Amino acid sequence: MKGMTVIVKTISSWVKMFIFLFGIYIIIFGHLTPGGGFAGGVILASSYVLLMLAFGREFTEKNLSLPVASKLDCVGAFLFIMIAILGLVLGGSFFVNFLYQKYLPGQPLNLISAGTIPLSNIAIGLKVGASLFLVIVTLSIFRPNTSADKKE
Amino acid sequence: MAIFYILLLFMLIAAVIAVETEDLLSSVICVGAIGFGGSLMFLFLRAPDIAITQIVVEVLGLIILIRATIARDLTFISGDREFFGTVVSIVFVFIILLAGIRVFETLPDFGTAIFAQASEAASRTYIRDGLQKTGAANIVAAVILDFRAYDTLGEATVLFTSIIGATVILRKKSKKLLEEADE
Repeated sequence: MKGMTVIVKTISSWVKMFIFLFGIYIIIFGHLTPGGGFAGGVILASSYVLLMLAFGREFTEKNLSLPVASKLDCVGAFLFIMIAILGLVLGGSFFVNFLYQKYLPGQPLNLISAGTIPLSNIAIGLKVGASLFLVIVTLSIFRPNTSADKKE
Repeated sequence: MAIFYILLLFMLIAAVIAVETEDLLSSVICVGAIGFGGSLMFLFLRAPDIAITQIVVEVLGLIILIRATIARDLTFISGDREFFGTVVSIVFVFIILLAGIRVFETLPDFGTAIFAQASEAASRTYIRDGLQKTGAANIVAAVILDFRAYDTLGEATVLFTSIIGATVILRKKSKKLLEEADE
C-alpha cells in the first residue's frame, strides 16, 4: 500500500489545487505584493511534495515526470537569460528594463506594469519550482545502502 | 521590542536542543523551529517578502531533511568528543565572539536604517527612485529583478548547477550499469 491513510489522501486531494493556485498568484502578483518568483516557485514545488507524501512517488511521477520537470527547469533558465539578452539587444545594456522604458510603460499598481519584472518573476518561479521538485524526487529515489530497502 | 527578545530566547533554546538531543528526527524538528522563529521575527520587522520566503523554504527544507533522515538507520548518535577538538572549537568561538562585538559596535541602533549614516548609500536611491525607474510597486521585486538582477542570475545559476550535481551524484544506477543492462 503506497502512500498514507484515506483521510490524508482525501484532504490533500482537496487542498493541492489551492496551494498550486496560491503559488501562481504569488508569482504573477510578485511586482505588486510581497512574494515573487522564488517564494512562489517553492510553493508550487510544495504542492507536488504534498502529493508525493500523500500518494507515493509513483503517482506523482505519473503527473509530472522527471524529464518534463527537467525540461521546465531548462525553459525557466532560458527565459530568464533571454530577457537579459533582449535587454542587451533592445535596450543597450545587459538586464535593462527595456519593456518599461520603451515599449510598454503601463500604470504603476496595475497588473500590466513594471516591464520585464513580471516576466522575470514567471521565469524564476518556473525554474525554482521545477528544480526543487527534482531535488526532492532525487532524494527520495536515492537509497544509500541495501538495509534501507528492507524496511519497505 | 520585547517580542524580539522572546523570539530570540525561543530560537536559542531550540538551537541548543537541536545540538544536544540524541534523536536525529527531534533535532531536525528543532531546526525547523529555529526557522519558524526567524520568519516570525522578519514579520514583526515588517519584511513580509523575506518572511514568506523563509517560512516556505523552511517547511520544504524540513520535509526534505525528514525524508532524508527517516530512511537512514543511524537515528541515534552517540559518542564522546575528543579533547583537542573541544579546545579548538572553544578558542574559535571566543575569537568569533570578540570580532562580532567589534563589528556590532559600528552598526547603527536597532530599528534605524543603515543609510541614515551614509548619505550616498545606494539604498537611498532605490527607495526614492524605485517606483519611477522600474514601475514596480513592490520595492523588493524592483531591487532583486531590476537594480540587482545580476544577483538573481547568479542565484539561479547556483540552483541550476546544484540540481545537475545532485542528479549526477544521487542517481539510482550509473550510466555504465544502464548501458550494460541494455545489452
